[in-house]
Amino acid sequence: MTFFEADNLSIHFGGIRAVDGVSFRITQGEVFTIIGPNGAGKTTIFNLVSRFYDPTDGRLVFEGNDITKVPAHRIAALGIARTFQNIELFEHATLLQNLLLARHAHKKSGFFSELLFLPSVRRFEVEHREAVEKVIDFLDLQQYRDSLIVNLPYGVRKVAELARALCTGPKLLLLDEPSSGLNVEETEDMAFWIQDIKNLLGVTVLMVEHDMKLVSAVSDRVLALNYGRPLALGTPQEVQGHPEVISAYLGG
Amino acid sequence: MRFLFKTSYEQDTRLFRDRIDASWYVLLAVAVLILPAVLPAYYVGETTWVFIYAIGGVSLMVLVGYTGLVSLGHAAFLGIGAYAHAFFLEHGVPWVLSAAMAVTITTACGLVVGLPALRMTGIYLAIATLAFAVIVQEVFTRWESVTHGLSGMAVPKATIFGVSFESERAFYYLCLFLFVLTLWLTRNLLRAPTGRAWIAIRDSEIAAQSMGVNLAIYKSIAFAYSAGLMGLAGVLFAHKIAYLAPDIFTILLSIQFLLLVIVGGLGSLHGAVFGAIFVALLPPLIAILRDSIPASFADLAAASGVSLLGSIGEGIGNFLRKPGVEAGIFGLILVLVIVLEPLGMYGRWVKLRIFFSTFPMYKRATFKRQRSYMKSERLR
Repeated sequence: MTFFEADNLSIHFGGIRAVDGVSFRITQGEVFTIIGPNGAGKTTIFNLVSRFYDPTDGRLVFEGNDITKVPAHRIAALGIARTFQNIELFEHATLLQNLLLARHAHKKSGFFSELLFLPSVRRFEVEHREAVEKVIDFLDLQQYRDSLIVNLPYGVRKVAELARALCTGPKLLLLDEPSSGLNVEETEDMAFWIQDIKNLLGVTVLMVEHDMKLVSAVSDRVLALNYGRPLALGTPQEVQGHPEVISAYLGG
Repeated sequence: MRFLFKTSYEQDTRLFRDRIDASWYVLLAVAVLILPAVLPAYYVGETTWVFIYAIGGVSLMVLVGYTGLVSLGHAAFLGIGAYAHAFFLEHGVPWVLSAAMAVTITTACGLVVGLPALRMTGIYLAIATLAFAVIVQEVFTRWESVTHGLSGMAVPKATIFGVSFESERAFYYLCLFLFVLTLWLTRNLLRAPTGRAWIAIRDSEIAAQSMGVNLAIYKSIAFAYSAGLMGLAGVLFAHKIAYLAPDIFTILLSIQFLLLVIVGGLGSLHGAVFGAIFVALLPPLIAILRDSIPASFADLAAASGVSLLGSIGEGIGNFLRKPGVEAGIFGLILVLVIVLEPLGMYGRWVKLRIFFSTFPMYKRATFKRQRSYMKSERLR
């Protein structure tokens, strides 16, 4: 069974073919990276996978199920979580609240039991908290638990968003430019975490990234895009050496 | 300064932070319970307004402060609750059943009005709710068989299971009970997944969605719950003013509720209560000042022999007697709050508390407003 497959994925905004017939398969347990110049359609693919956009053509298959028509709020429960290029945390809530919200897909309590805060709700809250605390320990976020997101520096927010995605308990993790805005040291930390997520947690990662050092350090396979079309697919070295990829980046 | 050492996860789901916090609330509860015994009946009646406004404030706080949906039509829900209750009482329905049906009807109306909220945000939603309020007010005027139209509708006194709540003091306790119940239920929702989903919708709809929050359902719940609470406030409101007329439930009343949550402090239940105290007690305070300032200045003038003081007092008294002064003062305070303290009275209260708990180590920069990052390329 294919773990994840995008088959002839296309989306057109008017005359613009943002993504035009892209097909790729991700096997379970790998880090799959999409690279490409600005406007190549990388984030658009993410928005298609997380179902914010409806594809004009093509199919998305996750664990053997067609998810092309699944509404966006069901995606998390299936086991796909994502981060955003421009951090989309809940800014006026604490880190803990942000992470607990990520457990929403696993919510078991009904409205009226929450209204009365029955013992079952209390029990579920503790269960969610235990799951969240594992992620907090994994990413060393203990000291920020009760801080409001607005008061956190950019680097910590980036990690917080990764933590929030992990709290949903994903099988496939979509990272949209995990290193953007981070300094060299923070980028190295991010590389270690991505490797740990793959090796220790066994989560498959689909990543969009510009930092080629990070890409070659963590990726198993790389897909290069330009103008919404695939250019090359292979190991980081193969793709970086591909003549069409070089010309897309450097012109000529 | 005291530190809270957390030893279990359940500590974060408790109603009160710790014993010391809880004991302050017990003290407050005792004070509120004995208040009617020590205050004259008139002031007990005025304090009752605080509870009624606070229920309405909590209602709007859920919608505006927590879910981030603006409504300019909440006076309509108040009106629907009030008229429905009065109508059922008039037809001999027992009080509890009548109140429950009034709240149910308002909740249903909230659900229907919430439907456009699934598509609209910000100013567009405000306009849509405003339109709803105008329509409802027109219905109050025209549907004479139920509301008696412009001639108004007398509200029977509250009698629950044979106990009369006619006196100011008895009605005070009824309002207090329902107010505390409202706070408890809302607090429960806010510390549970539903409350977190509301906050998530307020801060980033797209992230909320990708974390599994069904926007349509949670926005509808917020609207329905908020309308239901407003209906409950309407039930008490009806008894309090005793005579319903369509021109009570105007846009001005909606704005007053919006002012209440902003002045109190958006995004906190404390804010709703602080705001209610402000909105309910400012008019009687102005009335007291209007009468007492000229008198006390006159005394001062007589004692010191400076006649100018007497005329200053007279001038202030005359100014406060002018029509529209109350609305002017409300407006002025609203502007000052938005400019000087965006977190409202609750924000001020938190600062004051931290000043005393860290004294003399308080740093002025603790609450310095920080620049937030640009959110470009947001998906809408």
